[in-house]
Amino acid sequence: MPGYLLHHLIRFGRTLRAAGVPITPGQMMALVRALEWIPLGDREAFYHAARCTLICRREDLETFNRIFHWFWRNPLMGGQLPPGLLSTALGPIRRRENRPRPAEVGHSSSPGPHPENPEAPPMVLADRAMTYSPIEILRRKQFERFSEEEIQIARRLMARLRWRIHERETRRLRPGPKGDHLDLRRTVRRSLRHYGEWVRLLWRARKRKPRPLVVLCDISGSMERYARMLLHFLHALSHTRRQVETFVFGTRLTRITRCLRYRDLDQALQEVGRTVMDWSGGTRIGECLHAFNRDWARRVLGRGAVVMIISDGWDRGDIDLLRREMERLQKSCYRLIWLNPLLGIPGYQPLTRGMQAALPYIDDFLPVHNLASLEQLAAHLERLPIRRSARRSGLARSFQVLGAEEGPEV
Amino acid sequence: MQLTFPRSLTTDALREGQKVFHSMMEASVFPRSIDEVIEALQAHRYIAERGLATAIFLALRLGRPLFLEGEPGVGKTEVAKVLADMLRTELIRLQCYEGLDIHSAVYEWDYARQILQIRMLEATGERDEIRIRQQIFSPAFLIKRPLLQALEAKNGRPPVLLIDELDRADEEFEAFLLELLSDWQITIPEIGTVRAEQPPVVVITSNRTREIHDALKRRCLYFWIDYPSFEKELQIVRTRIPEAPERLSRQIVAFVQELRRLDLYKLPGVAETLDWTAALLALDQTELDPTVIDETLGVLLKYQDDVLKVRGEIARDLLAKATLQAEMAAGGTI
Repeated sequence: MPGYLLHHLIRFGRTLRAAGVPITPGQMMALVRALEWIPLGDREAFYHAARCTLICRREDLETFNRIFHWFWRNPLMGGQLPPGLLSTALGPIRRRENRPRPAEVGHSSSPGPHPENPEAPPMVLADRAMTYSPIEILRRKQFERFSEEEIQIARRLMARLRWRIHERETRRLRPGPKGDHLDLRRTVRRSLRHYGEWVRLLWRARKRKPRPLVVLCDISGSMERYARMLLHFLHALSHTRRQVETFVFGTRLTRITRCLRYRDLDQALQEVGRTVMDWSGGTRIGECLHAFNRDWARRVLGRGAVVMIISDGWDRGDIDLLRREMERLQKSCYRLIWLNPLLGIPGYQPLTRGMQAALPYIDDFLPVHNLASLEQLAAHLERLPIRRSARRSGLARSFQVLGAEEGPEV
Repeated sequence: MQLTFPRSLTTDALREGQKVFHSMMEASVFPRSIDEVIEALQAHRYIAERGLATAIFLALRLGRPLFLEGEPGVGKTEVAKVLADMLRTELIRLQCYEGLDIHSAVYEWDYARQILQIRMLEATGERDEIRIRQQIFSPAFLIKRPLLQALEAKNGRPPVLLIDELDRADEEFEAFLLELLSDWQITIPEIGTVRAEQPPVVVITSNRTREIHDALKRRCLYFWIDYPSFEKELQIVRTRIPEAPERLSRQIVAFVQELRRLDLYKLPGVAETLDWTAALLALDQTELDPTVIDETLGVLLKYQDDVLKVRGEIARDLLAKATLQAEMAAGGTI
């Protein structure tokens, strides 16, 4: 292979990496080996070879296509990103920020026992917060009774909350004393000690695993005042458990699971701010749930997932659609929990049209307005019933009856 | 089965092995270029786009697994079947499910026969525990499951190993697979290590009901199979159901293509197109009409919501568009 080609290839790989497509040296090696088999004049074959060796996620295909066509038009310019890609893919900027900032080493990733740390991360936090929702700072309602310091404390408390979600029995077996599957292999081996006599039977039991959790959080205008605390909450949740999928919605649905993977809260929030386009706008819950059911349900709702919708139920979209999508969603998950911050207000009645339409399909209707409610939620998630509830229980049912009296459209 | 006891191989030795492998492949039935792959697939009634053919070609040449993702019914599993035909070798299929473990994926001991053997040894007065153990944990009592079978080449040709719907298996199995795909050896504690002389041709498919870990996908050549274009799909219908009248096939494909533009829960795949064509043939249809569409929509759409949405007006709309498109396509080719 001509030397300069190898050079270009490596630069190409670097450009892709900068655009946020993770590429390992192993994959680059695979490409180099692949090129031995491809006629180099055949641009299409080259494209496909590069694509199948370097890309392993469908989501990255689009970025790959753009960079491929841009880069190989003039490889000498390589190393920079094509115009327009920076805003969406945020490569080099992110790379730099990936490294821990000196001031944060030691406490950013382990929020906890050092409240009197000097380089006040609270200030940094306020700063970053301005970037994603400046208005929020101006308004001081409900959740904003919290002072900056209190937010820090709350944040730590949230991170410390134990999120032990109800476990389900998987179909994988492992040795266990109380199983109901005979472990023939171990039994036979053990029997050899007694000349083939089965003195003791050994068993296998089903392995247990926590259920996957999917969170859909409303970030429209009416939810704005809760947005910040809720994002802290979602971040804490993403880092205490392995399998959490997070989406936010207003007028459209955005997946923020990857953004929240950053350990550093500020950085995670910054990513979220960049990804999400519809902050503090209107709400179209039905349309967003439709998008979720169509594009994501099959991918994230397997294995008995628990779904949490966080919203106040103010909906300006199609109510019929909302009802249909709620029904579908409930049918495809193990448990559907609706968290409504307004439920914490004494005397609140879920009378909005959206809430009314959704209520019959909710398994649990819980408040989320202060830390106590979060603790309550954690306790609830830990004790989910063994069986999926057939048709609405507890709170939700009583509201359903209430809804039937109040609004004929339910 | 080639049995060797664990020993560390230097990378040089491995590379040497790879060279031997490739020179052997050279002489075998492996296609020599991407065009040859396309032709060979076509000869086995599989119409592949160029990207897929390139991925297959490289998978064979580099000895890497092929990882196929795509919506259901776009022909992922079919690739493995056709590959086995094309390479004139055996297809070994492992269907994944949650809880898939070593006992059903790799090997299992034949306990019933082991117990019998113990009794027989007892009758002969054998009392030595170690000798008994050696006897009953020998290859004769081993039941080979797909992954172990795949390590053996039959008449000099490595088999095609299809690991179907990996997303249905759990992380534990994925981790095991990751190890297997890099070393091509399996250790059975009682016997030793089984190593593949020639690694099998591996095809892994996933429907994305769960994200497969990147580490696994990076070891593979990844290809996302999209829905085919009008021309490709028409070619597929022609190849698979040659007895379908040309005009009908055109209409069907154009209709399905239009259908895929709608906002549906589950878009029809190529498999559904073929099913529908067969269904319409069985009904002696020579062209599409609104009534027959409404009656047979269940072959294409698998959700009641989708059927209700399309049935009636929308179906008639689509039919009008599809007929127009089919005519235009016919005009273009004739």
